[in-house]
Amino acid sequence: MSNATPESTDAPSASSTPFDSVGAAGSLTHALGLLRFSTAGSVDDGKSTLIGRLLYDSKSVFEDQLASVQKSKINRSSGPIDFSLLTDGLRAEREQGITIDVAYRYFSTPRRKFIIADTPGHEQYTRNMATGASTAEAAVVLMDATKGVLRQSRRHAYIAHLLGVQHIVAAVNKMDLVGFSQDVFDRISAEFREFADHLGIHNVYAVPVSALEGDNVVRRSKRMPWFEGPPLLEHLESIPASVGSASGPLRFPVQYVIRPDASFRGFAGQLVSGTLHPGSSVVAMPSGVRTKVQSIVAFEDEPDSALPGDSITITLEDEIDLSRGDMLVGEANPPSSGTEFQAVLVWMHSEPLDRHKIYVLKHTTRTVRARINQIRYRVDINTLEHVPATKLDLNEIAAVDVKTTLPLFVDPYHLNRITGSFIVIDPLTNATVAAGIIERSMERRQGPRETAAQRKHSTREERILRFGHPAAAIWLKGRPRVAELVERRLFDEGWQVQLAGPNDFLSHELVTVAKAFRLSGYITVFCPLDDGTDQKQVVRMIFGPDSFFAVRITDDTDEEAVDRIMKVLRKWRDNYSLEPENGKS
Amino acid sequence: MALREFNLDLDGKDETVAAVSQLDHLKMLEAESMFILREAAAEFARPVMLYSIGKDSSVMLRLAQKAFYPGKIPFPLLHIDTSYKFPEMIEFRDWYAKHVGVQLIVHKNQKALDDGANPYSLGTQKCCGFLKTRSLLDGLAEGGFDAAFGGARRDEEKSRAKERVYSFRDSLGQWDPKNQRPELWSLYNSRHHKGESIRVFPLSNWTELDVWLYIDAEKIPIVPLYFAKEREAIVRGEQILLLQAGVRALPGEKTEMVKCRMRSLGCAPCTGGIRSDADTVPKIINEMISFRRSERENRAIDHDEEGSMEIKKREGYF
Ligand SMILES: Nc1nc2c(ncn2[C@@H]2O[C@H](COP(=O)(O)OP(=O)(O)OP(=O)(O)O)[C@@H](O)[C@H]2O)c(=O)[nH]1
Ligand SMILES: [Mg+2]
Repeated sequence: MSNATPESTDAPSASSTPFDSVGAAGSLTHALGLLRFSTAGSVDDGKSTLIGRLLYDSKSVFEDQLASVQKSKINRSSGPIDFSLLTDGLRAEREQGITIDVAYRYFSTPRRKFIIADTPGHEQYTRNMATGASTAEAAVVLMDATKGVLRQSRRHAYIAHLLGVQHIVAAVNKMDLVGFSQDVFDRISAEFREFADHLGIHNVYAVPVSALEGDNVVRRSKRMPWFEGPPLLEHLESIPASVGSASGPLRFPVQYVIRPDASFRGFAGQLVSGTLHPGSSVVAMPSGVRTKVQSIVAFEDEPDSALPGDSITITLEDEIDLSRGDMLVGEANPPSSGTEFQAVLVWMHSEPLDRHKIYVLKHTTRTVRARINQIRYRVDINTLEHVPATKLDLNEIAAVDVKTTLPLFVDPYHLNRITGSFIVIDPLTNATVAAGIIERSMERRQGPRETAAQRKHSTREERILRFGHPAAAIWLKGRPRVAELVERRLFDEGWQVQLAGPNDFLSHELVTVAKAFRLSGYITVFCPLDDGTDQKQVVRMIFGPDSFFAVRITDDTDEEAVDRIMKVLRKWRDNYSLEPENGKS
Repeated sequence: MALREFNLDLDGKDETVAAVSQLDHLKMLEAESMFILREAAAEFARPVMLYSIGKDSSVMLRLAQKAFYPGKIPFPLLHIDTSYKFPEMIEFRDWYAKHVGVQLIVHKNQKALDDGANPYSLGTQKCCGFLKTRSLLDGLAEGGFDAAFGGARRDEEKSRAKERVYSFRDSLGQWDPKNQRPELWSLYNSRHHKGESIRVFPLSNWTELDVWLYIDAEKIPIVPLYFAKEREAIVRGEQILLLQAGVRALPGEKTEMVKCRMRSLGCAPCTGGIRSDADTVPKIINEMISFRRSERENRAIDHDEEGSMEIKKREGYF
């Protein structure tokens, strides 16, 4: 390995780049801007085929790419070209004939530029569908004309709506298989519309298509003269572009602090909403300190303002405490700041939600620890009903309560897709396990905001978040073997636990020991000698009656006793609240 | 808002289509890429930028300059040198790294080269395996890098179209396309265990046209091989091969002067040129708009076998 360090900046003459201007004589044309859309619908409804057809008919496929599809051994379609092979780019996808992960495709028409996310219909890969929909402004939900509205069509329409996709297109596909029947189209589109209405989507555009044969994809179908609307592409071209919320409240999450030398301190990040210019008043979160923007600094120029979506670097008039994960906001309409909020989760991992686990949560540029300690309800996708739930499994959607170690600065998702969203990461496997959509913050109205400097030490709440439980005492007089086994079992399962055996302290030290362990948040397994003195009541008072478990001696075996204790403890852990204690010493 | 208009001749039917690209659109791509670069620089302990000297690398480097301005780029560049690169590429690389003021690390699989690794006796697949994939994994391991920026774009190839912005690699550097982490919004998950790493692709959403429009708008220097010029070459069937960097003529083959340029840059023996008169960036852009064939067509590596790019990527190829 060799390292080269720059010394001179003389260009070899060969490297100079010839430049002149492109299309200097070109006239200005109004473009409709970029549209990101994703596909949705059940497996085999023809999503990939439709995208392939769209690319092909709009002449966005290179000849060599088309040739490689044509000479492929695989063709599951009944036509000469299996268009799905244009987007199903993985071997496993071509072999299994299904889409597994999102394919991103790019194409443009004279009127606008498109980024397409072709997503999988298979239920197993819902997380990939959600990935594609999270950044989309429109979704094309496909339905097979021979099958109608399926469970997965509903699920995907629901997820797209949940993720804030504004425009839903219902494409009734494979019209060639139903003789281009208007009745079939009317029936399916009416059924879908009814479902969409329930969701609150009232602007569904329904179009009958044959992805395979190209009817109503780019060109109007001659075989469905009864349909008068524009073909799919024309409709997509006409969807209004999303407008940046320049008039919205200021949100600038600090992403990176640029400090080339002691004289310069710049705060880099992407402006989420609002505008910034030199002189703008800003409030730093969480410190609450007010200052003004001094300048916007950029490579080769000094912009006089920044708009939503711009990646910028700014300097501030005052030297304030500000770093990655903090946020600059406006005086008016600040975000909610708090450690508790209600959210909807799309669970994306085969390992179900563990309400006692401390997860990592990433929100804008801020990463904190969090617990999802309460499932308010699960959504039944078929009926859209809210059903009570204690579990959250792969691909399920539920409304939950989230509690974080540090405050987050949030807006409801429907107001802001960036400050309203988060992901949940398993700290052990590092897998992204859930996507979260913030409904509302449970910000408590209380005194002035705490700053990092004012927060002196970790609190009971923070310890509960980390350990997954508050302190408790288990009183196991006369069963030392059971005490050891329980301690081991709890420890192995990740509880914060300590055995306080008869030889670990003198009996007059008991009160001190009990108080210390309770303050530290431990499950403490006491196993006193049977010496006649009853200190049980003292320990019970220290830990509080709800968190004190005296085990009655029965004639069960040691293992049975351990199981019995574990059961009681788990139940206790599931039901305690995070409310601050009152009155206990 | 500056707009550009091009005349396209599609299908030879003489229908004129105006392909409009907004500078707004480039601005959006630029902002997204800068966000990704900053995000990774903030969250990874030791990131590195894989620098391949091509047009995409030039753009990625410019974006890094912008993302950290007025600071220096907070990570080094790593070039995996197969020793079969065009001499003009190496000359450009050394000049440009100095010009930008960024640390450049060059890594070669010296052992394989000493053993005489070359595409003729090993075949493209194996040669790439030793000189690029192996060498890259070694280079990353040697530097202890936990994240590597790459200039790959999703529009380049159909398996790339499937890749995340943050592409997770296991401790052997392998990609598992069937089990990628969900990647919602712009919330990237950088967490990994020791030994694992993440490839970060800031240009994921750029197309070839975007790259050229940006090079034009920003006046970004690129290797002169991209510009058409009379060059000494061998014409082998459809391929135009420059007689440089270990390219061997087959018995009976003669060189001739061909006005050509490179659409994509790789190793000289495995990268063909195209006939072209485009000797300026705007001419290249106009030429590109009329292209009906993909940019990687002239790269032998992608066409050994169906899905060959995916196989290489799974093994750790960029
Ligand atoms: N007859 C007919 N067949 C179609 C049409 N569109 C798609 N198909 C066929 O339906 C099958 C499934 O098509 P795909 O495009 O792979 O379906 P998909 O929705 O992308 O499937 P997943 O991505 O796996 O969810 C293929 O055999 C297609 O050829 C159509 O309009 N008419
Ligand atoms: Mg598909």
